[in-house]
Amino acid sequence: MSARNLALFAAVAALYVLTGFMNSWNTSLSILNFALLATIAAMGVNMQWGYAGLFSVGTMGFTALGGLAVVLVSARPNVENWQAGGLGILLALVLGALSVAAAIVAWRLLPRGRVRSLSVAAILIGGFFLFRAIFDPNVAAVEAVNPQFAGNLGGLGLPSLVAWPVGGLLAAAVAWAIGKTALGLRSDYLAIATLGIAEIIVSVIKNEDWLARGVKNVTQLPRPWPVPLEVDLQQQPGFLAFVADWGWNPVAASTIVVKLLYAGLFILVLGAIIWAFERALNSPWGRMMRAIRDNEVAAAAMGKDVTRRHLQVFILGSAVIGFAGAMATSMEGALTPGSYQPLRFTFLIWVMVIVGGSGNNWGTVLGGLLVGWLYFAVEFLGPNIMGLVTAGLPDGALKAHLVGSAENIRLLTLGVILLLVLRFSPRGLIPEK
Amino acid sequence: MSEPFLIGEAMTGGYGAVDILHGCTIAVERGEIAVIVGPNGAGKSTAMKAVFGMLKLRAGHVRLDGEDITQLSPQARVAKGMAFVPQTHNIFTSMTVEENLEMGAFLRRDDIRTTMEQVYELFPILKTKRYQAAGELSGGQRQQVAVGRALMTQPKVLMLDEPTAGVSPIVMDELFDRIIEVARTGISILMVEQNARQALEIADKGYVLVQGANRFTDTGKALMADPEVRRSFLGG
Amino acid sequence: MDLLNALVAFLNFVFIPGLAYGAQLALGALGVTLIYGILRFSNFAHGDTMAFGTMVTILVTWALQGAGVTFGPLPTALLALPVGIAATAAFVLATDRVVYRFYRRQKASPTIVVIVSLGVMFVMNGIVRLIIGVNDQNFADGARFVISAQEFREATGLAEPLAIRTTQAVTVVTAVIVVALLFWFLQKTRTGKSMRAFSDNEDLALLSGINPDRVVAVTWLIAAALATIAGVLYGLDKSFKPFTYFQLLLPIFAAAIVGGLGSPLGAIAGGFVIAFSELLLTNAWKKIVTYALPESMAPDGLLQLMSTDYKFAVSFTILIIVLLFMPTGLFKGKSL
Repeated sequence: MSARNLALFAAVAALYVLTGFMNSWNTSLSILNFALLATIAAMGVNMQWGYAGLFSVGTMGFTALGGLAVVLVSARPNVENWQAGGLGILLALVLGALSVAAAIVAWRLLPRGRVRSLSVAAILIGGFFLFRAIFDPNVAAVEAVNPQFAGNLGGLGLPSLVAWPVGGLLAAAVAWAIGKTALGLRSDYLAIATLGIAEIIVSVIKNEDWLARGVKNVTQLPRPWPVPLEVDLQQQPGFLAFVADWGWNPVAASTIVVKLLYAGLFILVLGAIIWAFERALNSPWGRMMRAIRDNEVAAAAMGKDVTRRHLQVFILGSAVIGFAGAMATSMEGALTPGSYQPLRFTFLIWVMVIVGGSGNNWGTVLGGLLVGWLYFAVEFLGPNIMGLVTAGLPDGALKAHLVGSAENIRLLTLGVILLLVLRFSPRGLIPEK
Repeated sequence: MSEPFLIGEAMTGGYGAVDILHGCTIAVERGEIAVIVGPNGAGKSTAMKAVFGMLKLRAGHVRLDGEDITQLSPQARVAKGMAFVPQTHNIFTSMTVEENLEMGAFLRRDDIRTTMEQVYELFPILKTKRYQAAGELSGGQRQQVAVGRALMTQPKVLMLDEPTAGVSPIVMDELFDRIIEVARTGISILMVEQNARQALEIADKGYVLVQGANRFTDTGKALMADPEVRRSFLGG
Repeated sequence: MDLLNALVAFLNFVFIPGLAYGAQLALGALGVTLIYGILRFSNFAHGDTMAFGTMVTILVTWALQGAGVTFGPLPTALLALPVGIAATAAFVLATDRVVYRFYRRQKASPTIVVIVSLGVMFVMNGIVRLIIGVNDQNFADGARFVISAQEFREATGLAEPLAIRTTQAVTVVTAVIVVALLFWFLQKTRTGKSMRAFSDNEDLALLSGINPDRVVAVTWLIAAALATIAGVLYGLDKSFKPFTYFQLLLPIFAAAIVGGLGSPLGAIAGGFVIAFSELLLTNAWKKIVTYALPESMAPDGLLQLMSTDYKFAVSFTILIIVLLFMPTGLFKGKSL
């Protein structure tokens, strides 16, 4: 890595250290953890856009799928709800999937013509009503049981760490379905399709209460190994003795330790992904991907199956995003579907990739940590900063309005940064080699 | 002899670093037909585009009626009285024939009805199809629309890039007849042609280009009679 | 069995709302399709352009209301609309000058320009939220109904009411006027024809002496007007919330693509296809079916095919079907 790049990384590190000294280490670490997670998602986007030139803006949907996976895998099972209609729901879902499959088979086997169209339509419509006939009463039954605290099927009660790869797999499966339909079309059609699927995924999670309680949120998800709960840590004699030695406040220290453990865990995952991605990028596969990106027609003429490669990279990238989404939900300990906003979960990630340097993994890491700091720093420090900026103004409606809207200035700033980078440094801070 | 009405003199240039034209000269007199022929890749179309300003020249000049127009953009040359019919994509397919003609006259602020009637007289079929989308017409009719559109500016020079590409021999003869008619109204015609033999038959002046340079230049008749031209470029 | 009441219920719950919503989507999709046809990229900032224009209109409406100016039975916002259009036009023209023109000169790939439009979207979104906040704003005033439920019942003696809200009537009438003006402009005027020519064949348009900068500027002007009108009508009919306008991108793009990107006629057809599909699939048919069937066959459930929460899934599904089976849309796209 060149001296220039090292200096860039050092500058970003300084931002976090400064935040630690000027504000608090707790805040600095919170920002770091969010930024690390966003960076991992950005690695996925970079694979899709930087390696292969795929313009997908469905990041939010894949993140949310990762979050859903955490609930389905690591929440405790709600046995009574299961008994009320869990199997019925599963049966309905299987039947629904079968009717879609049957429709596809019919489409492939039957000769072109009205018979085919009608029979496919009949299978789909019949399948839909059959699905609803079984699905609706079972959902009602499940949601009726203990709605105050559960009302959903719950999860499998497995460790959080298991949920992360499951989140990746879930995202990959959905990416496969979208990729099969939308890849190979014009590039902006993929963008619209992914934008749409992301909205739909989030609205499913918001509205299907039997699945993850919808907007009532699932809370108290278990922590991933080895991160303990703060309250448990504060009971631990070894920890208390250690803290007493240094003269620290045990409550404050416990939150720092927990955040440090999370940071360590995320850095481990990020490191593994960087290692794997760097190897992939410099392998024949990576060279082929870039060749396809730079000249699709020539690559196709050389016998490369462009659409298939695109599907591959789209699924891989989405899986990484799903993985990151699962980690985020694990860390928050709760799935709050209402918090999935495209500006934060899709477009912020894009800004990270473009600012950092698309096509370059280290660039993405730098962009992720830098833009992540800018974004989350405003979240944590925004009102204070705005308070400083508006200190000269007289108290009143305008000042209150400005202090209250620090969040929105962040959107404006992100947009301006994106436009400036695209215009004056389109290859990003650390350009592709 | 006085200078020709339009001349691209000793033109050298190309699209990138490599020159395609090497000191090539093309000229046409008032009301005459000049034809550029030559093998594939000889730079025929490039020479034409250079005269029209769609190509940056590294050396040489283009003069119209004695005025140096080398630095003018294609749009400015249209305003000076030059009209260009590209080889492909030379009509607005989604617009009607009449709208195509109107767009040809976009720069004019005076009454265009007389010119439009003249075009319809020249190409009567267009009048019957005036409200039809140009994209729905046959190949030969589309070429007529394309030429008609170019004539709407009342140009002094009409430049045609392979006007007969992809049309049947009968339609080709008909198109050449129309082009002669246009020339009789005093408009100079400069065209690139793949069908060298037929084109040279109607040409007052012929240019045989090879590798971006003039190989033979003479009247159409003389070139047709030249045994070497016949052997090398007209297939015997 | 009571077919008349069934028909009235259908008009009241499906047809009239669908007409208004379809008109709003059609106006939005027209803007998207114009930009696509002339500037050749999918403008992701269009939803936020709508929000921007609506915001300015709302602010002017408030000022007018504060000054005691109203528009009789019609919404005051209609008086404020020209100001909204002018402000939005100025904003997008400035954006074009500062942002898009650079990429046009460079002949950048459409995907890059789409990403640029994401940046513009961020900026507009931020400005709108900064000025007016993120919350719902209701700015409809004037008479609430053209025909109220009670009047209709009294006049016809039917059990089922038919209510036409002023905003619905205003939406449809405005949309008809705007679309008629737009088509007249594109078909009959010199500038309109030159826009169609530019969209059809850019190189030939340049050869014909059509000034590209002028065509682009006029396109932005019209797109700004369409976006503001669509946004204000939607806001009057429902309510104004910046995030909702961002979400409108999906049905609007679906409408434009279903109709065939670049085809104005297609955008209008697409708008109504999307709006009516959404309403037909998310409407609870119980009431209508109960009227239409003999009493003994009255249904128990709501007869709702899909919850309204999934209305985006409807536009999405139609979009996917069109992309798979007729990628150029109902009307062949690509030119005005």
